[in-house]
Amino acid sequence: MNSNKEILKEKEYTILNLGPTHPATHGIFQNVMKMDGELIVEAEPTIGYIHRAFEKLAERRPYNQITPITDRLNYCSSPINNMGWHMTVEKLAGIEIPKRVQYLRVIIMELARIADHIICNSVIGVDSGAMTGFLYVFQWREFIYEIYEELCGARLTTNIGRIGGLERDFTPLAWEKIHKLLKEFPEGLKEFENLLVRNRIFMDRTINCGPITAERALQYGFTGPNLRAAGVDYDVRVMNPYSGYEDFTFDIPLGTNGDTYDRFMVREQEMWQSLSIIRQAVEKLEKMEDKTTFHADVPNFFLPEKEDVYNTMEGLIYHFKIVMGETEMPKGEVYHAVEGGNGELGFYLVSDGGRTPYRLHFRRPCFIYYQAYPEMVKGAFLSDAILTMSSMNVIAGELDA
Amino acid sequence: MSSLTQEYITEKLQSKFEGAIQSIEMLHDFLTITVEKSSLKSIMKFLHDDESLNFHFLTTLCGLHFPDQAAQFGMMYQLHNMPANFRIRIKSFTNDSEPVFDTMSDIWPAANWQERETHDFYGFRFHGHPDMRRILNMDSLVGWPMRKEFPLEDPFRGDKDDKMFGR
Repeated sequence: MNSNKEILKEKEYTILNLGPTHPATHGIFQNVMKMDGELIVEAEPTIGYIHRAFEKLAERRPYNQITPITDRLNYCSSPINNMGWHMTVEKLAGIEIPKRVQYLRVIIMELARIADHIICNSVIGVDSGAMTGFLYVFQWREFIYEIYEELCGARLTTNIGRIGGLERDFTPLAWEKIHKLLKEFPEGLKEFENLLVRNRIFMDRTINCGPITAERALQYGFTGPNLRAAGVDYDVRVMNPYSGYEDFTFDIPLGTNGDTYDRFMVREQEMWQSLSIIRQAVEKLEKMEDKTTFHADVPNFFLPEKEDVYNTMEGLIYHFKIVMGETEMPKGEVYHAVEGGNGELGFYLVSDGGRTPYRLHFRRPCFIYYQAYPEMVKGAFLSDAILTMSSMNVIAGELDA
Repeated sequence: MSSLTQEYITEKLQSKFEGAIQSIEMLHDFLTITVEKSSLKSIMKFLHDDESLNFHFLTTLCGLHFPDQAAQFGMMYQLHNMPANFRIRIKSFTNDSEPVFDTMSDIWPAANWQERETHDFYGFRFHGHPDMRRILNMDSLVGWPMRKEFPLEDPFRGDKDDKMFGR
């Protein structure tokens, strides 16, 4: 006999601990996920594993010693953070930067953007099963790091540039390498694109994976490529141009669905735009009469040549004042934002005229948009959640500060 | 839409919230308005909801601590009207030693973690916040690290002390 009584069974969920150290998260953050089979019911992110109290540290460091702290925010594009910080202090101190230096900075920042997007996009490839492209374009990231090395001596945490300009002028070797990059990287990038952009497997994996609407993205404070992938053309370089970006012509690539594929494509197109900006900057610099300036004339902030320190009174005085943190800083508060690899990277600085900032707050795009992650992966497969995370380009250093 | 001006905003706010506006300044081209804490939430809501103002984007927010002021604790919010490309900064101070601010996370979900961060560092509480816990520091941490009295790493390190430099 068949009894039609339904067997009531309470639904059992699995709790899955993804992280803190998991190879697929590319960083140290934990997600406690409530799983229904392979579907995510709830995700609860825990962050702060590499929190280093940057804002507190900054209150005890002279302005020039804060640059290395900013390196460690988004360490995939340190130069942008460095430049953003220099420009914040320059804004507070009212320092005018010569056009040549601005364009040199633009070249550095766009190189950093390319290096940042190379990592993010190739890692999206890795997480969807395509290792080759990743290994292939990493040679180009390596090459960009060689350019950094030529410009400042460091590779990852660059501490590039100084308040008032750059530490040194571009060397002939640096120019040679930049020209080589402009000539040969497009070919490499094209090949990388050919592997993924119209790849059936890649498209199946990424289209409609972790989508977010433009409206929701704005409410969640998204900026940068993630917001643009959802279809909002907000770019700090265009909205509030800094460092001479108003002199350049470039497009803002946009997506429509805000899914992983769109985020990938927006970053991909941004690399082409960055290349075009670098090309324009090189052209502008070649036309410029001024071929030597690499810093503004601000002896109070910019360290004198070692030669002058040993041989002239002024040089010695300025050197001493800068090193001992005795430079007068105006009182006031400024906010300066740059378009970082992940979006609007802002510095809110309150100065009481002391040796160190009174209060320094970093607007870290990663931290702000990562809070939308649980909502974006709800109801998705675990493997899609991994892909969504890597396409959001959550960098632990920037997330945790 | 793009004709949003400082005069228009201040006039609009002053007519609606008379007495709640404490000061209006331009700090490095950034319109900064300090408001009474009791009407902070309604002002923020008005800035967000009013169609002509349309401050739909919360750029950032953070806590402030000025131990020398009578109203020593404060909050700073930065809003952005993207179509008009106009930014505004709202500040509000309180002399309460354990401040409670209204949460903005129901207007801008972006405020959720940022308020948790502010709570983590300053010990402020946010009324109506869905999940008021520490976020970056460990739960067992005693004290509020970004308050000025909180010592940094080794308090005996003289080389990092302002005394050394005559200030």
